[in-house]
Amino acid sequence: MAVMNTTAAVSIENLGFTYPGQSNVCFANLNLQIEAGERFGIFGPNGAGKTTLINCMTGLLSFQEGKLSLFGQDIAAHKKETNKLFGFVPQDFSFYQELSPAQNLEFFGAWSGLNKQTIKQRTTELLEVLGLADVRDKQVHKFSGGMKRRVNLAIGVIHNPRILFLDEPTVGVDIQTRNAIIDYLKELNKNGTTLIYTSHQLSEAEELCNKIALIEAGKIIAHDTLPNLLSKHKENGLEELYLKLTGKSYRDE
Amino acid sequence: MYKLWATIKKDTSVLLRDKIGLTLMFTMPIVLAIVITTIQNSTFELVNNNKVPLLLCNRDTGDAGKQLVTAITKVGMFDIKQVTENQTNEQIIDRMHAKDALVAVVIPANFSAKLSANAKSISNKALTNFGVLTDSTKATSNSVEPLTLYYHPVLQTSFRLSVNGALRSSLQLVQNKQILKSLYFALNQKELPKDLENDVVNENVPINEISVSRDGSRNIPNASQHNIPAWTIFAMFFIVISLGSSVVREKLNGSFVRLKTLPTNYLIALISKQLTYLLVTMVQAVCIFAIGIWLFPIMGLPKLNLPADIVGLIIVLLICGWCAVSYAICVGVFAQTQEQANGVGAISIVLLAAIGGILVPSFAMPSSFKYIMQLSPLHWALEAFYGLFLEGGKLSDILMNIIPLLIITVLIQIITLWGLKRKNLI
Repeated sequence: MAVMNTTAAVSIENLGFTYPGQSNVCFANLNLQIEAGERFGIFGPNGAGKTTLINCMTGLLSFQEGKLSLFGQDIAAHKKETNKLFGFVPQDFSFYQELSPAQNLEFFGAWSGLNKQTIKQRTTELLEVLGLADVRDKQVHKFSGGMKRRVNLAIGVIHNPRILFLDEPTVGVDIQTRNAIIDYLKELNKNGTTLIYTSHQLSEAEELCNKIALIEAGKIIAHDTLPNLLSKHKENGLEELYLKLTGKSYRDE
Repeated sequence: MYKLWATIKKDTSVLLRDKIGLTLMFTMPIVLAIVITTIQNSTFELVNNNKVPLLLCNRDTGDAGKQLVTAITKVGMFDIKQVTENQTNEQIIDRMHAKDALVAVVIPANFSAKLSANAKSISNKALTNFGVLTDSTKATSNSVEPLTLYYHPVLQTSFRLSVNGALRSSLQLVQNKQILKSLYFALNQKELPKDLENDVVNENVPINEISVSRDGSRNIPNASQHNIPAWTIFAMFFIVISLGSSVVREKLNGSFVRLKTLPTNYLIALISKQLTYLLVTMVQAVCIFAIGIWLFPIMGLPKLNLPADIVGLIIVLLICGWCAVSYAICVGVFAQTQEQANGVGAISIVLLAAIGGILVPSFAMPSSFKYIMQLSPLHWALEAFYGLFLEGGKLSDILMNIIPLLIITVLIQIITLWGLKRKNLI
């Protein structure tokens, strides 16, 4: 049983989850602790349970057993309060493509509990930092994939969350956009935001994450800092370590 | 409150970007209202103002034939073109094919003589029964050769029956006069006095036509009064195309997922959608009513007269709009794709309009439908509108239509909430 720490950004204790109507158990007695200020990467093959785990942490899925807390607050008991603590950047573009970035930020900012003045200020800041100031009033559906990714990210951080969940935030973007996003995420982390990140881009993970967990069939098979893991398993890089621990066979879902 | 305001702003912006949806919501009902009213108005005018063209061929040389021609003329519903008695039936039919007339009446050659003989026979029978005549052998039967009525196939059955009734009434008048003449002659051995004959012909019991309006006005309902309320309701419910799709799109594009992670209840989104689209339904109604009031008279169509109880009208519009918006959201919540929402939404509205009496008048429906129609919110909305527009009623007069509409709306809301809960969306 994991030791509970109320200062941890995320504390998962004996988590049990099964999709309704299915017999396969996704997680059984899963324990994990992510400290505040970490840049935490969750990796694993397709179907391993990465997205399901993030959905449990964000309250999108209701787990059947165990306890999950964000900064010491039980998400099952205090959903509204815990929802204020984190931001979420899903893999899909989760915004209104008919609207402009400014309109999207105004709407999602209001739903995040911000007042009008704060939204205005944060919108200007974010659009400037993410290179979207010139297109703030243009419809998003006309944007390139990279610009849409940045809009997706901006919405996730509009309310300055203490934890930011990122599900493949750089998929399908060019090198310039990827670098800009990674730099921005590092900057956010410097300012105290805990990053919880999942991706198949292992080189990117090496650059961004200071701690990682490898997940396979609903179980955490490795969990430590990258240097410690490489040293323990005598590997030179994350990709080699990943293949060693998860195997080379296809993982068709 | 700011959350709701921001959500209404978002919904309004999304709606304004949906050009096709907006076009459907506003153009389609306006076009329908104009087309249907124009068609129905010409039917109203045909019955009320225009005359049915009729070819009249009188091959009879006697008085009864002339009297019948006069009686048919006095009916007032025919534009009579007399043709010479030597025209053959084939020639008359050819003229009808050439659309010279929709109806033709041929009075046979010996009509007066046979009618007179028949009248004499009937009067003799009557006198024998009264005991005035003792020799019953005088009451011999004489059959009158029938009048021939040709009608064009385009003439609807209801019209044909009206023409038939008018002719029968004229014929009855002439026959009665002949019988009276015959009776008078048998009893008095002299001709029926002219003034008495005129009394028989002209002193009919008058019929007062009164529209049973609640406000006592005697305005005759026109095609606009019928059609504008009906198509306004249809337009309001057709909002399902835009709103249903909008809900599905929101579910599919991932916005729902993000919304669920935010510290705000999704009910705010539902309230916002209801308020935004309720406003749209009100704008639709104002547009269609404005067209009925100002554009229709310019187009030669009857002007729409708004009911006296404007507050009642606004309340009915709000409830009807709320029901339409609730239905659209319900369709959007249960539909899996935009295609499903559009297809199911559009077809279901046409069906609900049909059983609700918008496409076919409720009085013309089979009796089994009289119960089914009560399930359609459009039926109750239409009855409420007719209560105001056609019967000149007040809000209190149409409460029994508004209450079922409200009950249906609340049921739809409950079903929607259940659907959202079941799908883990609230």
